[in-house]
Amino acid sequence: MELTEFVIKSLVILVIFGLTLLIAMYSTYGERKVAGFIQDRLGPNRAGPFGILQPLADAGKMFFKEDFIPAQANKWLFIAGPCLAMLTALMTSAVIPFGDSIRYDGLEVAVQAVEANIGILYVFGIVSLGVYGVMVGGWASNNKFSLLGAIRAASQNISYEISMGLSIVAILMMTGSLSIREIIEQQHGGNWNIWYQPLGFIIFITCAFAECNRTPFDLPECETELVGGYHTEYSSMKLGFYLFAEYINMFISSAVISALYFGGYNYPGMDWVYAQLTSAFGDVAGHNVATLIGTAAFFAKALFFVFFYMWVRWTLPRFRYDQLMNLGWKNLIPLAILNIVITGTGVLFLKPIITALLN
Amino acid sequence: MNTTYLPSDFLPIVVQFGLAAGFIVLTMIVTHRIGPSRKSKMKDDPFECGIEVKGDARTPISVKYFLVAILFVLFDVEVIFMYPWAVNFQNLGMLGFIEMLVFMALLLSGFYYIIRKGVLEWEQ
Repeated sequence: MELTEFVIKSLVILVIFGLTLLIAMYSTYGERKVAGFIQDRLGPNRAGPFGILQPLADAGKMFFKEDFIPAQANKWLFIAGPCLAMLTALMTSAVIPFGDSIRYDGLEVAVQAVEANIGILYVFGIVSLGVYGVMVGGWASNNKFSLLGAIRAASQNISYEISMGLSIVAILMMTGSLSIREIIEQQHGGNWNIWYQPLGFIIFITCAFAECNRTPFDLPECETELVGGYHTEYSSMKLGFYLFAEYINMFISSAVISALYFGGYNYPGMDWVYAQLTSAFGDVAGHNVATLIGTAAFFAKALFFVFFYMWVRWTLPRFRYDQLMNLGWKNLIPLAILNIVITGTGVLFLKPIITALLN
Repeated sequence: MNTTYLPSDFLPIVVQFGLAAGFIVLTMIVTHRIGPSRKSKMKDDPFECGIEVKGDARTPISVKYFLVAILFVLFDVEVIFMYPWAVNFQNLGMLGFIEMLVFMALLLSGFYYIIRKGVLEWEQ
């Protein structure tokens, strides 16, 4: 890899890192505003115009709180828990292609940290490591509520990971590649996977909710039973890391959903826009502007799903634990396998017939 | 698409890791330094809604959780077997599909067995 390319990649990583943190920060604001809207009240509106400075105030408060470690806790593991949760949340975005490519000085650099051909497997690997953050933190607290919350979180996450993996297998059968960029490029021209995989999409989004510990699957931190769940003993920025990691995971999973099912940086009429831009600004600048618009489209899709998370939170009540496990094991896994069989039959039998009819 | 990879192509992951780890360590040190620190015996106890703490938190818990974890290992390995098959699905064609149907039938019969055994019954 050449130095220029490496510098551009590093800048892309830096920008995406900053944007992820910013979006996670403002998701807390957005969540409270959406909650306010749905419950017919105002939400935060004191700090700055429309309460826009509220996340900064919250972060400042978190920093100045006492960094409390209980006497019976396992000190280093207690610190390691939230750090691990945050680290895994921040590492996931490395393989997600946020845009097409940037042309600079004869180079063409993809708007993506690493263009790996195992993209989706990498996302899975890192997401599964996220369980450790919760489990380590809950166990190290040496508190009964924390431990129960952590064990619930672990068994919930691993249960839903199976159906999540199975729902992606159907996508892989259609695209024949594990690279997220390849999957996005095959959806070019309104050919989005959601039209072929509605069932897979529903399974995937349900599992994404469970993996992020979001309502209706937020049993690990269910306050009526477990006080605060795995982060009962946490305070200051350690608690902040857990909450922050949850919001980052929400954003990243929304980005993965829009990449896998909603065409990523593709948007209707993008070829026309591309032709207009390159004829107006030339090959290099026009290409870069088109990439920028595609990235904006990608973020718009991802942010819509972040909004969807909040919408569901204030619409559906929490599951009971046995209902959660029954849904995960007895319903989603057979459904996901059925989806694979349907997809296989469709690709093998329906696709040749339809292509023969069209030609 | 790029098909050959050099180790240097994965260098950005190291950059991202460094950035994330740096951010985390810095935040942890700062928040530890600037916050107040007041200790007392009652405050340092684990929080149990104000009731005096009885024993250790690390008591034996329901075996169901461990069963779920073991089943997860089994099923996740089976899911991982499907990934290479799914990537090559269109090349393998009909024969590959039938083979995978057999594999899935075996998987589902194991699944049916654990459900009939009541491993996933949480009410009891």
